Amino acid sequence: MAAIPPYASMPERIWYYAFRVICAAVFFFLIFPLMVIVPLSFNAEPFFTFTPEMLAFDPAGYSLKWYDDFFGNPNWQGAVSNSFVIAIFSTILSTTIGTLAALGLSRPSMPYRTLIMSILISPMIVPLIISAAGMYFFYSRIGIQGTHLGVILAHAALGTPFVVITVTATLVGFDNNLIRAANSLGAAPVRTFFKVIVPLITPGVISGALFAFITSFDEVVVVLFVGSVDQRTIPWQMFSGIRENISPTILAVATLLTLVSMLLLFSLELLRRRTERLRGIKNT
Amino acid sequence: MTATDIQNGPTGAIVTADGQPLKVSLARALRRQRLFALALVAPLFIFVTISFIIPIADMLFRSVENSIVEEILPETVKALESWDENSGELPDEAVFAAMVADLKVAKANRTNSKVGQRLNYERSGMSSLFRGSGRKAVRIKEGPYKEKLIKADKDWGKVVTWQVIKQFSPNLTPGYYLASVDAMQTPDGSIQFEDSEKAIHTKLFVRTMIMSVAITITTLLLGFPIAYLIATQPAKISNLLIILVLLPFWTSLLVRTTSWIALLQQKGVINDFLVLVGLISEDGRLAMIHNATGAVIAMTHILLPFMVLPLYSVMKTIPPTYMRAATSLGAHPWPAFWKVYFPNTVPGIGAGAILVFILAIGYYITPELVGGTSGTFISNRIAFHILNSLNWGLAAALGAVLLAIVMVFYLLYDRIVGIDNMKLG
Repeated sequence: MAAIPPYASMPERIWYYAFRVICAAVFFFLIFPLMVIVPLSFNAEPFFTFTPEMLAFDPAGYSLKWYDDFFGNPNWQGAVSNSFVIAIFSTILSTTIGTLAALGLSRPSMPYRTLIMSILISPMIVPLIISAAGMYFFYSRIGIQGTHLGVILAHAALGTPFVVITVTATLVGFDNNLIRAANSLGAAPVRTFFKVIVPLITPGVISGALFAFITSFDEVVVVLFVGSVDQRTIPWQMFSGIRENISPTILAVATLLTLVSMLLLFSLELLRRRTERLRGIKNT
Repeated sequence: MTATDIQNGPTGAIVTADGQPLKVSLARALRRQRLFALALVAPLFIFVTISFIIPIADMLFRSVENSIVEEILPETVKALESWDENSGELPDEAVFAAMVADLKVAKANRTNSKVGQRLNYERSGMSSLFRGSGRKAVRIKEGPYKEKLIKADKDWGKVVTWQVIKQFSPNLTPGYYLASVDAMQTPDGSIQFEDSEKAIHTKLFVRTMIMSVAITITTLLLGFPIAYLIATQPAKISNLLIILVLLPFWTSLLVRTTSWIALLQQKGVINDFLVLVGLISEDGRLAMIHNATGAVIAMTHILLPFMVLPLYSVMKTIPPTYMRAATSLGAHPWPAFWKVYFPNTVPGIGAGAILVFILAIGYYITPELVGGTSGTFISNRIAFHILNSLNWGLAAALGAVLLAIVMVFYLLYDRIVGIDNMKLG
């Protein structure tokens, strides 16, 4: 239905436009809630809605004070640094061992592939509340509940399935003859790994790492249970902010987070195009 | 394979350069490769097992574990073994003496209220009985224990008290699972269900299911048209539209929940707009949040990308010539769509629907923030029992039931799509 054909009947024409209107409405439903918070975060009043001054585009109706509060408030700043520390360390951990496992899983000689894969993927399937409950019980038993280590381990476990999936996906079309070729040309296994395998899987590793990062950065259920006040992250702070004292600072944070996710999405899209281009060259 | 130099050995069998028969050498090389592959997977496997699988197993164990009664009241449990709980008579003096001794130790260790709290899940009143009796038992220096203990609290003179203690003295109990479906074991051993208006857990499970189905249906209704649109547009436009779907997918869950609160609340954007254009009066502001409606709207928005993406990936593979062939053979557009195109999309519908359903059924954050009392899910109840009521056994049992439901649908998903085919973004 790229374009409406000239022989289309009247009902077909009506349906053609009606369908586009429906689709536009659904896209509006998807995007509008993300956009609406941006102007609201500049509200001069502590409300979650548009004030008459804002609607009249009166400069007095707008202010940056919620951003000011975010950057000046030690609670929020602590949350920002916690979020980054936890996300970065759990990403490093999950990306390293996840990539190794994906390399192993993609080898034709891998035994019990399906069984092992389903166990490794399970943190993604099990509802977060159950993972959180189990980790809460067990981590308190071994004494790492309420520590950075506990939250990092928990988030790394949640992030690994994404790394395994994205890296195995890039390895699906991997030509094992490349390794044989490198070996027969005299390259040692280590050299083969860094010169042949790594460049080919890098896009998958990076997008897996981005998934792992955002999983940890956005995660709130597990951190609520496994963490304590010392591990409060941005989502934790937002969660308790919404429940207790709702202030437009949350909207300012939400706007900033939306910018971060747009950046991430943009870099992933670039990666995807790069992979496609590489694949395209290989196929010719 | 490292041994490449093949020559013929003296016996005529093919041997490798080092004189080994080729078969043996090959088997060894294959084994080495298998072990190497396993070694690569091992670190992650061990890590996931320790940080994830064992905690889940630990939780499942907790849902049947009941060592606390025997731990705190060891003498009593031993003494009660010889008592027939169906005799209708109180246990003998020895049991009472054991109980007083146990209570003294428990009081000293401050564990008497713990066992009371545990037994209180089975019969209300046990918590205060144990808390009060701990203090009084210390003052009982000598027999007759039976008389003095009953004097301290007349509940000790009730057969049912002892029946409950005996019933919950084994190390394993089905009690939490029974409680998770609003049933309990009566002292005579039969299973009794709560009245339907008190059956809070069954009600929550049913509500979670109904709301997850509702969310699955709304995401399908909204997701199908846009997936179709994206799949049938030229690459330039479809890439742009896909980004519009991925943007909410990548935005923080809490950001999206926050924006729905801003939109839906009583003094929120939508209500303000409706009042402004005069559709509703100032007093007639719609209650769209902190109830089931709010939860369904917000979760539909949050889970919509999980429906669109599998649908799109299936629709992309359906050749547009199918529809053209159908219409050129004389079918009207609608039957052509319904009879030719739609059946081809069923795998995508199945994958998307199961994915959305699995995600919806275990949701916690959004129902907690926008669900109010009529929009809470079973997961909110689990969190409540862990963080507030501290009935961890019941939380674990509820979690196990939820996990079992999710696993059934996961296996279904595996059958239809295959976990190997799972794609992201």
